Amino acid sequence: MSVIEETIQPGVNIHPIDKLLRADRLPHILCPGCGIGTVIHGYAHAIAASGLDEDQHVCVSGIGCSGRAAGYVNVDSYHSTHGRALPFALGIAVHKPELNVTVISGDGDLTAIGGNHLIHAARRNVNLNVICINNFNYGMTGGQVGPTTPIGAKGTTAPQGAVEQPFNLPYLAKATGAIFVARWTILHVREFQDAVLRSMQKKGFCFIEVLAPCPTSFGRANKIGDGAHEVEIYRERCRVENGATNLEELDIDLIDESKSITVGNFVDVEREPFLA
Amino acid sequence: MGTNAVAAKPQADQESRIRTGNHFMLGDHACAEGALAADLDFFAGYPITPSTEIAEHLARRLPALGGRFVQMEDELGSMAAIIGASAAGARSLTATSGPGFSLMMENIGLAAMMEIPCVVADVQRASPSTGLPTMVGQSDILQARWGSHGDYGIIAYCPASPQECFDLTVRAFNAADQYRVPVFIMMDEVIGHMTERVIIPAANDLPMSHRKGPRTAPGGEPFFSFAPDEDLVPPIAHAGEGYKVHMTGLTHDERGYPALDPETHDKLINRLVDKIRLNASDIVMYDEIGVDDADTIVISFGCTARSARHAVNQARDERMKCGLLRLITVWPFPETRIRELIKRGNVKRFIVPEVNLGQLRREVERLTDLPVLRLNHAGGTMPVPDAILELIRS
Amino acid sequence: MDLSLAQVPQGRVHVIAERCKQCNFCIDYCPTDVLMYSDDINAKGYHYPIVAAGKETACIHCRFCDLICPELAIYTTEVTTETSGGD
Repeated sequence: MSVIEETIQPGVNIHPIDKLLRADRLPHILCPGCGIGTVIHGYAHAIAASGLDEDQHVCVSGIGCSGRAAGYVNVDSYHSTHGRALPFALGIAVHKPELNVTVISGDGDLTAIGGNHLIHAARRNVNLNVICINNFNYGMTGGQVGPTTPIGAKGTTAPQGAVEQPFNLPYLAKATGAIFVARWTILHVREFQDAVLRSMQKKGFCFIEVLAPCPTSFGRANKIGDGAHEVEIYRERCRVENGATNLEELDIDLIDESKSITVGNFVDVEREPFLA
Repeated sequence: MGTNAVAAKPQADQESRIRTGNHFMLGDHACAEGALAADLDFFAGYPITPSTEIAEHLARRLPALGGRFVQMEDELGSMAAIIGASAAGARSLTATSGPGFSLMMENIGLAAMMEIPCVVADVQRASPSTGLPTMVGQSDILQARWGSHGDYGIIAYCPASPQECFDLTVRAFNAADQYRVPVFIMMDEVIGHMTERVIIPAANDLPMSHRKGPRTAPGGEPFFSFAPDEDLVPPIAHAGEGYKVHMTGLTHDERGYPALDPETHDKLINRLVDKIRLNASDIVMYDEIGVDDADTIVISFGCTARSARHAVNQARDERMKCGLLRLITVWPFPETRIRELIKRGNVKRFIVPEVNLGQLRREVERLTDLPVLRLNHAGGTMPVPDAILELIRS
Repeated sequence: MDLSLAQVPQGRVHVIAERCKQCNFCIDYCPTDVLMYSDDINAKGYHYPIVAAGKETACIHCRFCDLICPELAIYTTEVTTETSGGD
């Protein structure tokens, strides 16, 4: 019997994973159909599966909707400043290498304002598990385009559609030195949880991109519809290719229906971790 | 005997954390030695003149003592990293100069809001912007107080010698822990690059204080990271200690959870300011020469205080009623002491020499209608004693 | 492989109605179409999932509804039948 099942008390309004969450703060602030809750849920399951005491886990977030993740997990958790989750987490991981530190934050936080920290944390191979929730836009501030917005997709700061080349995050993470790189979506719940668990077991910089709907800001502006419709896009167009080596070709085009979205665990190598 | 005995390494090879004794030492190195003596665990920084010698010295010394040295990608990351390390229980330090200090302001606000102790050494150079990178300035003084957005309290020390770089760095770590605040060591290029005698005391003679920790064991009732004691400072629990803390830069309740309402905000921010303001009498440090009978008082700090001391001593030799108030803490500003001096009635004027265009003079003017004479240079050089003496004679 | 020996587990669905925000994920992706929306609404005004009529024994405890739920509002438990126990 798993840790989770032991806590089940049927008929009571608590979820079996509640003990790993700050359940007194639920329901959370996130919109209906937003995928961030699923990521928080998945992280909690990975903690349970890790075999480590909860007190060995630490969660750090930046700012934005995804940055709220740290506030809902019942481990030592820090909601830092915009873009600075990685260096904040580095301080914890380097001072107490025995802790299992996970950074959960958004695409804008980790790759735009925090982009410099991302490439250097990966280069150093800091012992961190990074879960980058990619919803293709700045949701909290109302749907501005960012470094992951597909060309042509609309945002309030690109009313005619984004024109800039977006980041291909797995390619970036691999190139800068991550020892584990994966991309999943919130539909791939088990694969995502396994990837988080794998990164918890590895010593070094692990990077997981997880696609998640932002129906309120991105979905509505781009005629995707509600969260369920975006998840349906994942179901129709995602192609699992574990171990894919052609990461440079794995750009995401959410708008062009003819293009598939490649997901999988792409990189799993060993390299000396930083001060771990 | 069949064993090959290996001679024990001579004791001299072992790194000692506290280099007790008399030294001829650079101010920047004295700051680094002070941090080591104060049990520094973690340093993160980015090279910048004229502070780099602090980082270089710690890169040599800290890892051998079991601490961690990280050269970060920028000062934004340096500041975030020392806050993170401190959240996990480390005594942590970064060192920088004006341009880097500006970048650190973002996370200095976070440290103030999360009430995470940390120490920042700012070796000031002529500013703004890149300014005169290798030359002296004292123009980050107001930035130290007000640089991050919003209201909060901090503590800032101003060493006027390499000895004080050592002493005040030790004190900075203690104050950071005692009040759960970011503490600044506002050095300047002259002091940082000055080599002078530094006496490092024995370990037992160093003042050492510790953070207030939780009074209950982990695992029981939730721990409230922001529930203050009578001194307005809450006990702190660190990552990995089992208290499941949550800390955020958002306005938060005593549990640490976001509480986005005006009442909670007003209460929290007032406490962050008051925990320094109401404890100021325990924090403020200054020293004085001849203020009791003075009609002219020179108020000075850092390198400028050295010129001021010389000028005041000479003026007193010339039977002028002149005194010196040297600020060791610039923040909190010793306004109670200045008001006391004014109240005595014999003070006719103040002179505030500084290597900026009048930042501290404003603070003095705020407290008095008496004339506050200026002696300023924008940076690159410091006021010489004769210039101050001339103003005293005027 | 003797398929007659394979057992499909049976599950029971538990819903924490007050947490639901009606995102549809659990209903859309239930492999045995166990769920439908309630006529009632919760305190926030959302219809929440209930077990559809005639589907009371259809849950196979695959836990997908649980794992994909962003609100931690639904989970399943395995129903152990009387005959399955060894002692």
